[in-house]
Parts: sequence; C-alpha cells; structure tokens
Amino acid sequence: MSTELKVIASASGISRIFRGGSNEVRALDDVSFSLYEGKTLALVGESGSGKTTAARILLGLDTPSAGSVEILGQTLGTLKHEEMRLLRRQIQVVQQDPFSQLNRRHSVQRIIEGPLLAFNVGDKESRKKKVIELLEAVGLEKEHLRRRPHELSGGQCQRVAIARALALDPKIVVLDEAVSALDVSVRAQVLNLLRKLQQERGLTYFFITHDLGVAHYVADEIAVMFRGRIVERGTREDVFENSKHHYTIGLLASVPLANPQAVKSNNEQVQTLPSPAEGDACLYRTRCAVGMDRLDCKSTTLTLTKGTATHSWLCHSPQGS
Amino acid sequence: MKNSLIVKNLSISVPSAKGRVAVVDNVSFEIPAGKKIGMVGESGSGKSLTAYALMRLIKDPVSIDGGEIFLDGREILGLSSKEFRLLRGNEISMIYQDPMSALNPIMRVGQQIIESIQLHSPVSKSVARKTAIDLLASVGIPEPESRIDSYPFEMSGGMLQRIVIAIALSGEPKVLIADEATTALDVTTQDRVLTLIDKLAAERGLSVLLITHDLGVAAQFSDDIMVMYAGKLVENGSVDQIFSNPAHPYTKALLDSRCDYTIDVNKPIRSIAGQPPRPDNRPSGCVFSPRCAHAEPRCSASVPPLTSSQGRLTACFRADELFQVGAVN
Repeated sequence: MSTELKVIASASGISRIFRGGSNEVRALDDVSFSLYEGKTLALVGESGSGKTTAARILLGLDTPSAGSVEILGQTLGTLKHEEMRLLRRQIQVVQQDPFSQLNRRHSVQRIIEGPLLAFNVGDKESRKKKVIELLEAVGLEKEHLRRRPHELSGGQCQRVAIARALALDPKIVVLDEAVSALDVSVRAQVLNLLRKLQQERGLTYFFITHDLGVAHYVADEIAVMFRGRIVERGTREDVFENSKHHYTIGLLASVPLANPQAVKSNNEQVQTLPSPAEGDACLYRTRCAVGMDRLDCKSTTLTLTKGTATHSWLCHSPQGS
Repeated sequence: MKNSLIVKNLSISVPSAKGRVAVVDNVSFEIPAGKKIGMVGESGSGKSLTAYALMRLIKDPVSIDGGEIFLDGREILGLSSKEFRLLRGNEISMIYQDPMSALNPIMRVGQQIIESIQLHSPVSKSVARKTAIDLLASVGIPEPESRIDSYPFEMSGGMLQRIVIAIALSGEPKVLIADEATTALDVTTQDRVLTLIDKLAAERGLSVLLITHDLGVAAQFSDDIMVMYAGKLVENGSVDQIFSNPAHPYTKALLDSRCDYTIDVNKPIRSIAGQPPRPDNRPSGCVFSPRCAHAEPRCSASVPPLTSSQGRLTACFRADELFQVGAVN
C-alpha cells in the first residue's frame, strides 16, 4: 500500500491461544495487518485458519493473548467501558447468515433503528427519516419497513443487516462471510451494493471470505491465512498473478472455474494429512510439494519476506526462487 | 444408448396459503448410463426436491403430483415402499450436503458402513468388515484398518464426506445422486472429493447426478448440464454448450453474475435484477420473463416449452433468434 494512505486500524503481532485441557490451539499466531481508510482488506483462508478470530478481536469481542490492536488511534484493552462503547460506533459488522443475525421478532424498521436507539441518536422523527434513507441506500423500499425477517428473502435480509451496520455512519465495516450464504445472482447484487456504498461513504472494509473470487473482486489488499498465520499478502495482482506461497498456488488451483476449457492445473493439489505439522517452522510443509523434503522448511523459523513494497510472504522456497 | 434413469413430466407441489403450488413443474430428463450430469440453479429452483423424488423421499405435506421415473426401465414411483426399499442403496443412492448430520455421531464410522453393507447383502459381520475396509481404502481414507474404528467427531469434514460416499457405494448402486455434496467443504477438500467421485464413477460405470449451485463445480465435473429456474428445467445441453454458448437468457444471466477470480474487477458484476419468484407467486408465462432483458409480450402470455434449439433443449420462445444475433452468448 502506498504511503499517502491513512491507516485507520491496525493489528500488531496478535496471537490468540485457546487452551482446553492439555491441548493448545493457536488460532492466531503473530498476525499483523493494517486497514487503510476507504480501502478493503480481504482475509482469505479455509475454515479454521483464524479469519473469524481476527475479526472478533478487531471488533473487541475477543482479547488477543499477545499483541495489540489500535483503532482510530485508540488501543483496545486500555479503554474504559464507555470509551469502548463509543468506539463501537465506528466499527460495525455484517455476518454470514442473513436470518440469524436479525431479531426475528423485530420489524425491519426496528432492526435498522436498533443502533440509533442504543446510542440515543436523534428523536423518533429523525430516526425514522434516517431508517428510510438507509433502506433506500441498500436498495429496499418503504414497504419493507413493517416486514419481519421471515417475510424477506436471504438477499433482502442481508441488505437489512448492511443498513443496520451503516446506521451509525461507521468508518469501518467488518464483513464476515457476508455474501457466502447468498445465491449467485443475489450475491452479485450485494457485492455491487457494497462497492457502491464504499465509494459513496468512504467506508473501510475488513472482508473475511473463503471465496477467492469474492476476495479478488472486492479487495485492494489480500491476506492469505493458513493455520493462524498470514502466509502471503499483497495486492490483487501480487496474490493472484504472482503467487509466491505454495499454499496460495494450491488454493487457486483448487477453485473450479465456470469454464470447461479451463485446464485444471491442480498438480499442486493441496494434501491433507492425519497429523498436521506443529512448531515454529512452516506449518504447511507436510502438505507442500516443495517443502516436504527440505530441511529448512522443517526446522528453521520463518520470517516474513518483503518482496516488493506491497507483496510479502512466509516461505523458505517461494515460487520462482 | 441405454438409459439408466429417465424422468418424465415430474411435478412436485407444496401447500401454501393459496392452495397447492408447484415447486417442480413438469420436469423431464434422462441420465444415460455412465454419464455425469450437473444440475445447477439457485435455492428454491427445485433441484433438491427432484433428487428427493428420485430417492422416493418426498413426504407429506410435499407431494408428487404427476410424472414417472424409470430406473433401468422400471417405473419406481408406482412401487410400494417395501418394493422400493430393495432398490434404494442397491440401484440408486445419494450423498447429502452435510456429512456430520448424515452420520450417527455416537456410532463408529465402520459400524455405520457395516450396517449398510449387511442391509444390502446377507453377509457375516467379519466379511462386511473386510468389505468396509476395502471401501474406506477406495474412498482414499489413509490407514483404513484403524480409521474404521473412529467416531465421526474424530474426523475432518472431508474425511466424513468420504465415509458418506463409502456408505452410498456400499450397495453397489448404478446411479449416484450428489446433492451439494461438496458445498460444506473447503475448496481444497472439495477438489479432492470431486476428483474421488469422478474416479469412482469411471471405475464403477456410475451415472451421477451432481446437484450444485456452484457453476464452477458443475463445469469442471459434468458431461451435461441442466439449468433449473423456479421449478422449471430451462436449458439442458452439453457442458460446452451451456458454459460457452448458452441459449437461454437465464443461463446467460447466471453465468454473467458469477464472481470468480477471472472476471473484470473494474466493472460492476452484471447481476440479475430482482429475485427468483416464490412458489406461491410464480409469474404467468415464462417464469423468468419478469427478470429477463429480452422478454416480449408473448413471454408472459404463455409458457415456452422445452424444445430443441441450437443442438440442445431450451425453454425460450426467442432462443434461436437471440442466439443468432449473439444476445445470449
């Protein structure tokens, strides 16, 4: 990312360890990232790679075991209750399941008004005006005001969730698999809407997705996660056209394209093993065609390689080296 | 060519405030022996209910209102449930979306496979156990002799889906239905499970009906594609025809609205306006006409039949005309 961009939130060296009995799971292991104002960072990876843990920490719903998070110049964990509450106005979330994130007993109007009520914004009249304005911004109509979630389709519910997230005019919106549950044609509508809202309102998105196509479309910067670590990050071109980490390459090769002529290049098919690698060295080595037999991949602690100003990776033997 | 599965004029309805409404409407297709057919469509298009009808799993209040299904020349909808039970698993079987809920969580996976083997053939437990180990090996489970005694919670989603596939294959069926069988899996796992189904289908000469909302999965896996929309089969052709030269405006619009990493990020995705109609509120005439960019008055006046056009079947009055001017391909 170029230097004139303003960092609006950042995580430095955050780890999150879950302990249960003798087991210890490093859901996040020394992860750092920055959100730039008006831009989108996409976190991609498979289930269990730590994406949602990162989102929860950013939202202040979970506390990192190590490292720190700074949002709009304030450090999470050092704030008083009221300061944290006020900060939450600036960072809102849209979740995956269109239905379960909305209170089914509330009308659309009450749902979108919720954050305004929680922060005592305006009076009844002005709130209603704001709700209608938001409703129109997300492509719904006044007639939807009185409806309840079960009377709406999945795509409409997701629009309501987006309207609610925008009610307090936040700076940052965390989108946790926000289009994953939607059908192809509806997903396209919601992605277009999210892009339009970002341009109009200068929003910063933290976009979590397992779908590489979605990440490719929405993101200015993409971070690929594997078992709690960011293994590669860069711009769209860096990650998709000049992938360095073998996991990124395997992941891309696994995506089936809607083009029967597309030659399936999955010779780097990602392997799974009954016993995954542990330790401080590369965790991907036991599934990696290149690193499987290399001694350094097994024993040497990895450090981030900065290839260019925008592109970095965590690999001893990156593609093309 | 021998057809292992023929569906003729299948209609399925559900009750609603407005009386019974069709959710699968007069759908006909054939799956020739050894072919892999992909069925694509959005939620509510009738894909899964079609699959359930093939397995005779349609239960009250959903009902089959008409049509016939022939499995190797034998009509199955008219059979008693006792008669069909001899075919389910032996002739036709199904893999479901969520492997965790398809399996009994407190029963060892091996026992669940053995149970299924013994249900289909009168063999001793030790013979069934041997067969189960062979099945586990054939679906790519490492160390099958020890994994057979695992519980479902000890296995990953991809491994569990392999167990479900092993159970589905235990009766040596001729037709396999995979209903969103890889949707719940990570993309790398999905890749391996699809490769596995592909390999098993080739080895065993299976006919496969792969139901998916993922156009990429359908494109990479299938020989032929059926496109469903609002309970109707709107286009049925070879995988190349459907993905490279679609003839139905819905197929074209669906392809345009996909978001994979090959699309141009500088333009908005060409989405389809509106949303699929609810079953109790289906438009008259062509079900896609209210959202179709090429609709004419006749499209909302009468229902276009599924007819041969451009070498495949399409349910659109304007298919030939639009195809020739390049409006849909």
